[in-house]
Amino acid sequence: MSSHAAAGTIDHHHDPSTSTGIPNKKLIMWTFLASDCMFFGALISTHLIYRLHPAPGSPSPKQIFSLELTSFSTFILLMSSLMMALAVTAIQKGNVKSMRWSLLTTIFFGAIFLGCQVYEFEEFVKLKNVTLTNSMFGTTFYTLTGTHGIHVAVGVFWLILMYVRSFQPHEAGRTFGWFFKNCLHITALVGAVLLSMFAVLGVVHTLHAGGTAGAYFASYLWMIAGFVGCVAVCIGFAQPKALSNFGEANAIDVESMGLYWHFVDIVWIVIFTAVYLIEYL
Amino acid sequence: MDAILKSDLQVKDVATETKSSVFWRPTAQTGLISWLTTVDHKKIGFLYGIFALFFFLVGGFEALLIRLQLMTPNGTVLTAQQYNTMFTMHGTTMIFLAIMPLSAAFFNFIMPLQIGARDVAFPRLNAFSLWTFVAGAIILNLGWFMSAGAPDAGWTGYAPLTSKAYTPDHSVDMWIMGLQLLGVASIAASLNFIVTIINMRAPGMTMMRLPVFTWMTLITAFLIVLSFPFITVALVEIMMDRLFGTSFFEVSGGGMPILWQHLFWVFGHPEVYILILPAMGIISEILPTFSRKPLFGYPIVVFSGASIGFLGFSVWSHHMFTTGMGTVATAAFSLATMAIAVPTGVKIFNWIGTLWGGHISMRTPMMFALGFVWMFMIGGFSGVMHSAAPADAQQQDSYFVIAHFHYVLIGGSMFALLAGIHFWFPLMFGRKIGEFWGKLSFWVIFAGFNITFFPMHFLGLNGMPRRTFTYDGNLGWNSANYIATIGALILGVGIFIYFAVMVYTYFKGEKVGKDVWDARTLEWSLPNPPPEYNYRVIPTVHARDAFWYMKQNQEQIAKEDATHAKEEAAHGGIHMPHQSIYPFVASLGMLIAGIGISVMDNDPTPGFWGKKIGVTMIGGVVMLVGIYFWALEGNGGYHLHPENDGDESNGKKPAKH
Repeated sequence: MSSHAAAGTIDHHHDPSTSTGIPNKKLIMWTFLASDCMFFGALISTHLIYRLHPAPGSPSPKQIFSLELTSFSTFILLMSSLMMALAVTAIQKGNVKSMRWSLLTTIFFGAIFLGCQVYEFEEFVKLKNVTLTNSMFGTTFYTLTGTHGIHVAVGVFWLILMYVRSFQPHEAGRTFGWFFKNCLHITALVGAVLLSMFAVLGVVHTLHAGGTAGAYFASYLWMIAGFVGCVAVCIGFAQPKALSNFGEANAIDVESMGLYWHFVDIVWIVIFTAVYLIEYL
Repeated sequence: MDAILKSDLQVKDVATETKSSVFWRPTAQTGLISWLTTVDHKKIGFLYGIFALFFFLVGGFEALLIRLQLMTPNGTVLTAQQYNTMFTMHGTTMIFLAIMPLSAAFFNFIMPLQIGARDVAFPRLNAFSLWTFVAGAIILNLGWFMSAGAPDAGWTGYAPLTSKAYTPDHSVDMWIMGLQLLGVASIAASLNFIVTIINMRAPGMTMMRLPVFTWMTLITAFLIVLSFPFITVALVEIMMDRLFGTSFFEVSGGGMPILWQHLFWVFGHPEVYILILPAMGIISEILPTFSRKPLFGYPIVVFSGASIGFLGFSVWSHHMFTTGMGTVATAAFSLATMAIAVPTGVKIFNWIGTLWGGHISMRTPMMFALGFVWMFMIGGFSGVMHSAAPADAQQQDSYFVIAHFHYVLIGGSMFALLAGIHFWFPLMFGRKIGEFWGKLSFWVIFAGFNITFFPMHFLGLNGMPRRTFTYDGNLGWNSANYIATIGALILGVGIFIYFAVMVYTYFKGEKVGKDVWDARTLEWSLPNPPPEYNYRVIPTVHARDAFWYMKQNQEQIAKEDATHAKEEAAHGGIHMPHQSIYPFVASLGMLIAGIGISVMDNDPTPGFWGKKIGVTMIGGVVMLVGIYFWALEGNGGYHLHPENDGDESNGKKPAKH
């Protein structure tokens, strides 16, 4: 593959080494997504069946949902798909730098979606008194949207791994020192995502509690400091001294990750319709 | 040779092997490490086979205990509790730990050879599937060694039997977690097989030239990929009920136990075809070989298999005719079930058409194959009887059902798998099972099987319910039960002869050359046992019975092989994937996490670092480390240059760079 990459003659739509011309990694991802379709199909069915047969005293979803917030996070998730598509296009043209920025934006948008979900769950439990166990609506709602959230979280983690991987040296350079740096890089990026998410949620909590900026910084300073530290580490690692061997030949890796990401978005469109919008008919 | 050494790939490979120090590159060819790190589909297939046969014997032993308990009225061999455990574990073991992995053994060993590939598409994922299967099998059977006991809620695990109220101990947790891991293993393996069959066929091997066994592998893999998610969701829901106190199947919390039945059978009915389609594939290889004719109506056999798979998703509620679904649903599922008899019958007629006018040679694999056709038909007839909802209302949960599904699972699946072992044994190990002992084992198994299960038809129609641990002497069931138990003992003797002969043959059997049966498909063009790279030169396929064509046109094939050998040498020789320990590490992590979730007691004080959560987290971390190293080490490999024609240099070591 590497020799092809040097010549710049990779056909991203046809892999001559397979019988069908479809790259193996793409085909296995398609097949896996077919399987995942059935998985979400069963979960969505469970939710709808119990919505059609509610137990007496079930809460009314319209009083629980905040459609504005969920519409916002849906929009953000769809935009993340756009950035994912840009990342794939970039790496197919061999533009690693542009791919990295698109990946980071995708990670950022994914984190916003996850933050919104954490906020939504927290509010439902604390303010609306809908827990996992106190009503069937809560049970199926948290199971379904939580499973989707885990899919998004896995996707964000995968994006982070791919971003860090784009700095990998040639195989000869993969020493223990590199491996240590690699792990640190991932930890810093995961830390930055988590800490920023909770620091922003902290702003909302402080506002809810009627607190001031001083109160906010008093409680969340260590989080902000940690976030800044993680970002600094990431910026430090983002200065590759040696050329990485990540390039056009790896486009298929980014593309199959993209297929997963788009699929998780499509599932969310279905969930947003079947779980949220349908209640307002 | 020099030209090859100068190629880019070679230089890159040498650099990989000498300078990279972070990743362990095991190279052991023998010993424990070689088995734990193997990515060779043939070794993985062999391990699947060994584990499956072990659990086949365990499941058989459980069945014998069940039959001994029922031999006489008011039997005292087992207590009611032990009896529940036995039939639960017998069913679960035979389906998930014996027949499915034995089919997987053939998928792994035979399918890549049949399409002219050197390995599956993702060799390390294949190793991961194997070890995750082993992890699931371990968790499923842990209960035997614990005070909670093995699972005892039936292989269908109907709610509310699995609820905390009825099973407060961990036995059902182990059943849930074991099946969950087996599902992961099956789905991962099936994704791999689908990509392999679609993408790694030799030149000229079009889809309509695929051997029928490979076709059935493909259809089975699709069934697994599309049906297992349903049981995954069902198991997640029951696990949440048990671990977190939700009410998916708890009536008191608004849950509906019937939902479990739907989710289970949306998986469970395709599962039936997951068990039988590989068997049909094996039969479709054996009958033409020993009739010395091509398979009659190949396209029809393939399309019938596909339509069985497709219709298999629309009949699940025929397991639930007595639950009161309403007349429309009952009629619809009844009709769909009858419709499945059509493609199945078409296959039977095609097999008979294959035999018709053939030069039939009655070797042991052929005996088992013919036994399959006959016994499977009997099971099919009683199946059609069940499809009529009013009749089924009478037969539901009776021994008639037991008779039916043992005719399709033993007389069907198991006969075909036993035939397959006899058929491919010479290819796998270079030795042939003796005809006398092979045929003797067939007749003893055949007789024992029929004496055991045929009387059960009458027991069922006389009203004997399944899953009762004993019965009174005045119900008219005594003699049939007695005969059935005698039959089970004969069946046990037959299986013992079969296995004893197999083990003997493995060590001391008659050595045979390649293509001992004068067979038709590509795998028989290989020397036995096949070299680790399978094909020295990737074959070019010209006809449906590819090897038969090769035997008729040897000059053309020799010329083509010579040209392709040169081309491949110019491309750097035969590419072999590196061995890897990381799939095993990932599976080990899943085993530890599974034990944490299912076996450990809930922590009395729900802190974050309790024993249960701690063990689960450790398992999760081990799994993540395994997967991450697996991803980082990359799918590199090395190149082989067999000096001579691999067909003749059987045993010579290939040159290694």
